[in-house]
Amino acid sequence: MAVLWKKKDLLDLESLSTQEIEMILETTGSFKEISQRPIKKVPTLRGQTVVLFFFEPSTRTRTSFELAAKRMSADIVNIQTSSSSLTKGETLKDTARNIEAMKVNMIIMRHSSSGAPHLLARSVSPSIINAGDGSHEHPTQGLLDIFTIREHKKKIEGLNVSIIGDIAHSRVARSNIWGLTKLGANVTVCGPATLMPPEIEKLGVKVTYDIKEAIEGADVINMLRIQLERQGQSLFPSIRDYSMSFGLDADKMKIAKKDVLIMHPGPINRGVEITPEIADGPYSVILEQVTNGIAVRMAVLYLVSGVKERGE
Amino acid sequence: MKLKEKARVLDAEQIEKALMRMAHEVLENNRDVDKIAIVGIRTRGAILALRLAKKMEAIAKSDIPFGALDITLYRDDLTTVAEQPVVHKTEIDFDIHDKIIVLVDDVLYTGRTIRCALDALIDFGRPRSIQLAVLVDRGHRELPIRADYAGKNIPTSQKETVQVKVAESDGADEVVIAEREE
Repeated sequence: MAVLWKKKDLLDLESLSTQEIEMILETTGSFKEISQRPIKKVPTLRGQTVVLFFFEPSTRTRTSFELAAKRMSADIVNIQTSSSSLTKGETLKDTARNIEAMKVNMIIMRHSSSGAPHLLARSVSPSIINAGDGSHEHPTQGLLDIFTIREHKKKIEGLNVSIIGDIAHSRVARSNIWGLTKLGANVTVCGPATLMPPEIEKLGVKVTYDIKEAIEGADVINMLRIQLERQGQSLFPSIRDYSMSFGLDADKMKIAKKDVLIMHPGPINRGVEITPEIADGPYSVILEQVTNGIAVRMAVLYLVSGVKERGE
Repeated sequence: MKLKEKARVLDAEQIEKALMRMAHEVLENNRDVDKIAIVGIRTRGAILALRLAKKMEAIAKSDIPFGALDITLYRDDLTTVAEQPVVHKTEIDFDIHDKIIVLVDDVLYTGRTIRCALDALIDFGRPRSIQLAVLVDRGHRELPIRADYAGKNIPTSQKETVQVKVAESDGADEVVIAEREE
C-alpha cells in the first residue's frame, strides 16, 4: 500500500481511483476488530468535532456514522432539519458557514439534492462526507457492499454482480456500479423499464428487464428498495405487480448459483422486493453489511481526518 | 533524507542469543507460566515477539498465547504527521484479563510508542501486570518508561537511528546504527 490518502472529502466513488478504493477496503479490515472488543473505543479522533447533518430520514446510516465517530472518540453534534434554521429560510451554504465558524472538523451530510455535498466541499473548509445525496451516490454504502462481497468471495475482479430494482432513483446502485466496475466486476442492472435510467449502459453495465437473466449466473444479487418517496407518479402498475415481476422469492432463487450472496442496503420492504424467507435465509448477508458499515465509516473518517487541505 | 550505516551492533547470532537470554529471564521472573502471554508491537516487535514466544514454549514446554498489537490509532502525533499512517490489524485472540503480558518491541527510544501500546492493551481488559521486553534500548526517554528485559543497551546520539532488521520482513537479521546525511 504505497499510495497515501490525499483526499479531504469523500463525495462519491466516481472520482476515486482503484487504489484509493482498495486503500479504504484494506483500512476497513483493520478497523473491523475494534467493534468486536469489550471496550469499543480508540482515542484516534479525540478532540475532533463531527457534525451529522441529515436532511432526510435515516436510521442505519446515521447511527452507523455516529457509532463510527464515537468509537474513535470524536465529539458529535446532530443537526435535524426540522429543528434547524433552514426552516427559517437560511440557505444551505450559510448554515454550513456558520457550522464552519464553530470550528468543526468534519461534516457528514445527507441531502435530497444530488450534488449538495459537492457544493459544500467547494464552500467550506471542514471535510465533507457524503452520506447520500439525492439519487446520485451513497459512497459509504457502496464501499461496505464491496467490502462484504470481498470478505466472502476473497476478490471482486471477475465476479458477476446483479443489482435489481429501482435503478433510476438509487444512489446505492450508482455507488456500487462505480466501485464494482473500477475493481473489475461484471455488473448487471435489472428492473422495470420505467425505473431504468436512460443510457445507464454507458457506466459499463449490462441491462436486463428479465429478473431470471439477472439471477442466473450471478455471484452476488443486490436487491434495492422501491423508493416510493422519490416517485412523483406511479412508475409501475402496483406493488403486487412489481413484486411478482421483480421481487426475489424462493421460486425465482431456484436458478441461482449455490453460493450466491443476497444483499440489501435496507430498509427492507418485506414481501415487496424480497420475501422474508430469502432476506433471513442462508444466502443473506444483509446484517453483515450493517456490521461492516461501521468499520467502513471508521476507515473513511480516519483517512480524511489526516488531510489538512484540499488538493485542488 | 538519506541514511548512512555507521556500525553493525548485533548480528544474527547475537540477536538469537539475546532473545534466548530474554526468554529465560522472563520465565525466571514469572513462576506462573500459564499466566504469561506475549504481545508484540507491529511490525518488527510482533515478529520478535513470536520468536520469543516460541523459545519460551520450548523451554517451559507449555503453550504461551501470542498476539500482535497495532498502535497507530493511539499515536499522540496523528495531528502533526503529514499523512495518516497505514493502520494494520490488531490480533489478540485471547482474554488478557489477569494475564502477565510481556510487551515486545524492537527498539526502546522516547517511550511514546510504549505509552500508546499500554493504552491500547488496557482497552482489551485488565492484565495482572505488563512487562516490557525490547531488543535494543537506545536511551533518550521522553516519558517515565523503562524496559524489564533488554537484549542490548546501545548509547546513541539523537542524530543517529537504530535499525533492527529481521529475516521475516527485511531478508536478514541484524541491528545497525545509521546517521542522517545532511
